Amino acid sequence: MLAEALFFSAVLFTIGVVGVLTRRNAIIVFMCVELMLNAVNLTFVAFSQIYGVAGQVFVFFVMTVAAAEAAVGLAIIIALFRHRQTVNLQNVNLLKG
Amino acid sequence: MLLQEAAGAVHPLSGTIARWMWLLPLLPLLGFVLNGLLSIVSAYHPGTSDPGAQPHDMHASPEERHETHSGHDVTGSGAHGDDHHVVVRHRFAALTTIIGPGVMVLAFVLAAAIFFAMRNAGEAALHAPFIQRYYEWMPVGDLHVDAAFQLDQLSMVMILVITGVGMLIHFFSVGYMQEDPSYPRYFAYLNLFVAFMLVLVMGASYPVMFVGWEGVGLCSYLLIGFWYLDKANADAGKKAFIMNRIGDFGFLIAMFMLFANLGTLDFEGVRTQATVLAPNVVTWICLFFFLGCTGKSAQIPLYTWLPDAMAGPTPVSALIHAATMVTAGVYLIARSSFLFSLSPVASLTVVVIGALTAVFAASIGLKQWDIKKVLAYSTVSQLGYMFIGVGSGAYVSGVFHLVTHAFFKALLFLGSGSVIFAMHRAYHATHNEDDAQDMRNMGGLGRYMPRTFWLMLIATLAIAGIFPFAGFFSKDAILGSVFLRARESTLAETHWLGIPGSIVLYACYVLGLAAAFMTAVYMTRMLIYTFLGPNRTGERERDSLAEAPWIMTGPLLVLGVLSAIGGWLNLPESVPLGRVGALDRWLEPVVGQATLRVTHGVAAEASSTIEYSLIGAATLIALAGIVVAWLVLKPENLVPKREAKPEEGFERVVANKYYVDEIYDAGVVQPTVKVSRGLLWQGIDVGLIDDVMVKFFGTWIPRRVGWLGSQLQSGQVGTYAWVLVVGVLLVLGAFTIR
Repeated sequence: MLAEALFFSAVLFTIGVVGVLTRRNAIIVFMCVELMLNAVNLTFVAFSQIYGVAGQVFVFFVMTVAAAEAAVGLAIIIALFRHRQTVNLQNVNLLKG
Repeated sequence: MLLQEAAGAVHPLSGTIARWMWLLPLLPLLGFVLNGLLSIVSAYHPGTSDPGAQPHDMHASPEERHETHSGHDVTGSGAHGDDHHVVVRHRFAALTTIIGPGVMVLAFVLAAAIFFAMRNAGEAALHAPFIQRYYEWMPVGDLHVDAAFQLDQLSMVMILVITGVGMLIHFFSVGYMQEDPSYPRYFAYLNLFVAFMLVLVMGASYPVMFVGWEGVGLCSYLLIGFWYLDKANADAGKKAFIMNRIGDFGFLIAMFMLFANLGTLDFEGVRTQATVLAPNVVTWICLFFFLGCTGKSAQIPLYTWLPDAMAGPTPVSALIHAATMVTAGVYLIARSSFLFSLSPVASLTVVVIGALTAVFAASIGLKQWDIKKVLAYSTVSQLGYMFIGVGSGAYVSGVFHLVTHAFFKALLFLGSGSVIFAMHRAYHATHNEDDAQDMRNMGGLGRYMPRTFWLMLIATLAIAGIFPFAGFFSKDAILGSVFLRARESTLAETHWLGIPGSIVLYACYVLGLAAAFMTAVYMTRMLIYTFLGPNRTGERERDSLAEAPWIMTGPLLVLGVLSAIGGWLNLPESVPLGRVGALDRWLEPVVGQATLRVTHGVAAEASSTIEYSLIGAATLIALAGIVVAWLVLKPENLVPKREAKPEEGFERVVANKYYVDEIYDAGVVQPTVKVSRGLLWQGIDVGLIDDVMVKFFGTWIPRRVGWLGSQLQSGQVGTYAWVLVVGVLLVLGAFTIR
């Protein structure tokens, strides 16, 4: 059972990483980040079978932080759209050195 | 004042006035501070009546510019136009006149009181120096140097010379410098010099002495370049400073070697432990100390700065470059007699260098026309004499000549100052642009300034070594002791560069006689050309020639008396005109042991036949010199400088000082300049540092690297994410593979 859970979480995480790396739409990238977080959550829960309840407690923390991050992140994306009329990340390069 | 007496029993001097000896250097230092303040105040708040108010006026008129370039001594007053004879004095001149010489009077009175306290303290006080420790100056690891002063017979002699002659020269300066726009600055420097000179002779260890040693060098530099608006004067100051640094390098090395081998630098500590040093170590220490002496005391090869130092005011030449500072090397050797007496080779080196310098400088003095240059070479020559004395282990004779030389050479310099003062006034009155220091422009001045003439005559007889003037006794003591050392001493038994020591000493004795002959010749020449014969100053100028004021001739008179009777300080047994050997007995506790070590523990006594013949030879030679000069030199044939033809042949070589300055310039200065410019400046500074380091490694490379780095900063979040993931994968991969 553990092996399947870990395999599934690894697949989810890889989909998230690839999504972050390849997609241009900020919303999609954002969702992929959430996907990675939840892949990690799944790992925590899976391991809590062996190592005790601490992993499950950690999942709650991650979910809380993810919720806060979602709020902030979406707000930033909205602000970005209002300024640029786009959420395509290739057009956003203010950090250029 | 916090002070602990020297360890052990309480010194007999500790209850007397000698406990105030720390005031001796402090008094002139106070004078320096006050005069310096007056100088600064007048510089920043110029008053309307101040001659220093418009310092550039002085050099604005062509007349003044010419004068300073021809090496004139008295820069003129600030007054111009028809008003030449109005003495324009510095705003604070009166105050400075009180402070400057005033502190010297106080210091001299205190020194005299301490001297009498020493004499009254009795035998017990004479056998150990009176040391005052003030605080620990350098506690560094094993090195402990106290700020401490030491009073013994040798330093007492030096203190009396410095404060006594110094005081007289301060008085003279009041008249000589009266119209100078920088009057307080002059006295500030002069006071500072005396303070450092007293530190030099009172220091209880080599480092404290070195402080004074460097301090007097600084003051010498400041005073040589006192009229620094003329570049030649400033250059002369620099020359003195740099050549002295070469000597100071030797002094430092000697101190390092002493510390490395003995672990102490106190005079007393070194004295008690000196015998444990290996012989060749002592020799090297002594030779390095002597290198310091050749710089400070103007001996071959570092003597050329002293004649150039005549660019300073004449009283400075008298005080610093004749009577006191340049004798510091002689003092150093007398003070280190416990070291030099252990090394016959180093002592012989001192004698040889001294003898060669004495002859060499005296011969240059024969053909100089500048009155101060004659005296400068004479000083170099007489310093050579002192080194013959202290080198041959006759430390008392060397110090004796130091004292008498301080009297008659200060008198000669001040007398020449008086002459220059009169000449300058005469030329100034008629706007004449001739050289006031050239003897060809003088002549017959004895008729116009009789006091100066008679006193200069006494000084000339004294330096020539004519009985019974001071120089006779001291020069004779030196020559006599060299002769005796050549017969029987540790020096005579050793070899110097393969030559037996006794032969070296006999040769040096002959050189000393030759120098004595030349001394008599050039001094008589100076006297004849300056004071006798027809006057060559000029028709109109003659009316303005006059004797200097009493404030200047007064000190001359005192020095004249001292030059006449100075020999009574240390009468030889063969000339029992009074108390015999007073200075011998006085200095016995300091240098007696070292002297006996050189002479194999027997007091060197010559049979009276030998002694009388030595005295006779020296006197005959001096008389011969005077007679020869009198017969050969005809002041009637001299023409003023502007009409004079340049010398021919060998005379020309001598008049140009054997081209030593030119040789040094070509051999040392120009290569240094070329290496500095070509290699150090253009090669290393411009080429390596500016071009390679700054422009290439400092500018070009960072720009390229920066451009590369800036390419990473694309602003694309996607790129950043790629970099991050690749990085994470690399790290994870590294961990996994291992």
